[in-house]
Amino acid sequence: MNLTLIAIITLGSIGLFISILLYITSQKFKVLEDPRLDDVEAALPGANCGGCGFAGCRNFAEACVKTTNFETLLCPVGGSDTMSKVASILGKEAIKTEPKIAVLRCNGSCADRPRTSIYDGAASCTIANATFGGDTGCSYGCLGLADCVKACIFGALKMNEKTGLPEVDEAKCTSCGACVKTCPKNLFELRDKGPESKRIFVNCMNRDKGALAQKACAVACIGCGKCKKVCGYNAIHLAGNLAYIDFKACQLCRQCVEVCPTKAITEHSFPPLESKDTKWVPQQIKTK
Amino acid sequence: MRTFTIGGIHPPGNKISAGQPIHQMPLPQKAIILLNQHFGKPAVPVVTKGESVKVGQLLAKADGVLSANIHAPVSGTISKIGETQDASGYKHHAVWIDVEDDIWMDSIDKSSEIIRTCSLEAPAILEKIREAGIVGMGGATFPAHIKLTPPSGKKVETIIVNGVECEPYLTADHQLMLEKGEEILIGLTILMKAVNAQKGIIGIENNKQDAIAHLKKMAKDWPGIEILPLKVQYPQGGEKQLIEAVTGRQVPSGALPIEVGAIVQNIATVYAVYEAVQKDKPLVECVLTITGKTVGKPGNYLTRIGTPFSELMDFAGGFPENAAKVIAGGPMMGKALVSLSVPVTKGCSGLLILTEAETKRKKSQNCIRCAKCVKACPMGLEPYLFMTLVEHAEWGKLEKERIMDCIECGCCTYSCPSTRPLLDYLKIGKAKVGSLIHARNTKK
Repeated sequence: MNLTLIAIITLGSIGLFISILLYITSQKFKVLEDPRLDDVEAALPGANCGGCGFAGCRNFAEACVKTTNFETLLCPVGGSDTMSKVASILGKEAIKTEPKIAVLRCNGSCADRPRTSIYDGAASCTIANATFGGDTGCSYGCLGLADCVKACIFGALKMNEKTGLPEVDEAKCTSCGACVKTCPKNLFELRDKGPESKRIFVNCMNRDKGALAQKACAVACIGCGKCKKVCGYNAIHLAGNLAYIDFKACQLCRQCVEVCPTKAITEHSFPPLESKDTKWVPQQIKTK
Repeated sequence: MRTFTIGGIHPPGNKISAGQPIHQMPLPQKAIILLNQHFGKPAVPVVTKGESVKVGQLLAKADGVLSANIHAPVSGTISKIGETQDASGYKHHAVWIDVEDDIWMDSIDKSSEIIRTCSLEAPAILEKIREAGIVGMGGATFPAHIKLTPPSGKKVETIIVNGVECEPYLTADHQLMLEKGEEILIGLTILMKAVNAQKGIIGIENNKQDAIAHLKKMAKDWPGIEILPLKVQYPQGGEKQLIEAVTGRQVPSGALPIEVGAIVQNIATVYAVYEAVQKDKPLVECVLTITGKTVGKPGNYLTRIGTPFSELMDFAGGFPENAAKVIAGGPMMGKALVSLSVPVTKGCSGLLILTEAETKRKKSQNCIRCAKCVKACPMGLEPYLFMTLVEHAEWGKLEKERIMDCIECGCCTYSCPSTRPLLDYLKIGKAKVGSLIHARNTKK
């Protein structure tokens, strides 16, 4: 027989045999995947930031496909829009959520919070926090070594060299919560962005008694309770010498901002208050 | 001459205050007694505000097994029970005493007469040590009675006393050996009796010739006690290093010294044991070295616990103007203070004042893979690798590389030519891995 013919038949039969084998194997070990999974994943931002609590966008998509309700599932980066898109792919109803933003709750800038010691160890907040309370009299405040800036994969945080505190870039923050997890002092909180970015919060985490807190930092919350008294919506509560404004209940009336004796309550994107001048002057602290 | 075999460094000794006799530090106006002076749970106060106390009266009771009693180091009135800053700047519970006179409890024998015989049995000795709130005075402040109660089935062959004082600058233990040599030998005999050990070895580094000669002369009269000169090398005072230097045995990774039949106690602890058992005196004072090149009167001072560091400085010639760093303990393992108002605690062995030129850290540069840290590490670890792993949060790998064996001696940071803050990262890694192991064990 022709040598060429033998080669064609031999190789052809081997090919046929293997293709049958491959077909049987692929049928036998087939993984059934929900076809909607790829659609859901495509609808997600694809940042793989882990803000949702899952390892990545694919894992989150799997959870979305499996779930019956969306109460516990939220992609903080995409927010409400993305979630409704995901829900429509799956033929379900998404829960409407307010857009959130990371808020730093320390306003103790270099001017307001005098340094009491110098730290020259490794430039990491986690290490500094394990070593000592901080280089100021306040052991609750920002250490200024920028662990949060390193943790933010969206580049939404940067250090303000003048104040020594990190600043959140509103346009870039996706409220993924990486800074919240990183900060060893637990200073970041994800709060509602508010209508037209208007929000009011207590810009302090100092739990020391009033006199001590005031001595350490001119803009510390001293736990006086004036804000709680003036609040008509029961949005403010005091715990451990520290006031906290519940952003769900807050109606943005700005009463508390006016009465706060240490200006520890910060308002964001409001026009300046017109009439009442509270005549508050930052207390000068003796520095050694 | 013997020493440990792995790693080690030779920092300059700087024993400025060597040979200074132990002075009595005057009583403070106000004593602040922290309730977390020991390793373990903080003690629970048993006194109330306004109550008057005598020296040696119980202030706070040990909370559970791993804790220690705290006694009033001064007499006077309790003026406050609240929170104060400790050496790290964090708040901790403390008791304030307004000092009035110096009235001691009647049960305490204040005479300087040396009581040589101890007729108590082992359990009674241990009970007295526990009662007196004695903790490891070398810095770890581990409650002594727990260390002296080996797990069942384990036999203690040797009590090793750490007279090494390998930390630069510190001389308190050296001076204590010279002035209270006989008391230390009695204390060691008591400890040997308490755990039924046949041998007691005091390891002393060769740079303290006078102490070696002094103790050797006396040790002849005490059966089972040996004075062993050791070659100078840091960190010879580390428990595992000292055991290897003295006995030639290495403690396995993750095991306790009892595994090789040894218990290590510090010189100051042994002296405190003597005072507690023979004189019924609880741990209310300790010998501190106040030192530094710019300090007016560097020396060794017998100080009551609870005395604020600022008052110590006033007595030792005032606070030097060019001081940049104040360290409680020695320069290698001591803790930099955030404020001078912090009080003396049980584990404190010295107060060191450094100028900026001596202490300022240089900028951290890239690792050049010279392996000087590996060579210096007395535990045979790889610190350069640990730092990278901590930076990348590789906790599993860190555990495999035995980060929990790290004794935080600082040899790696000291030897690094790129001035990398190795130890800072190692401490974080150790804490993290330790908590993960703990979580895993409690889950089981």
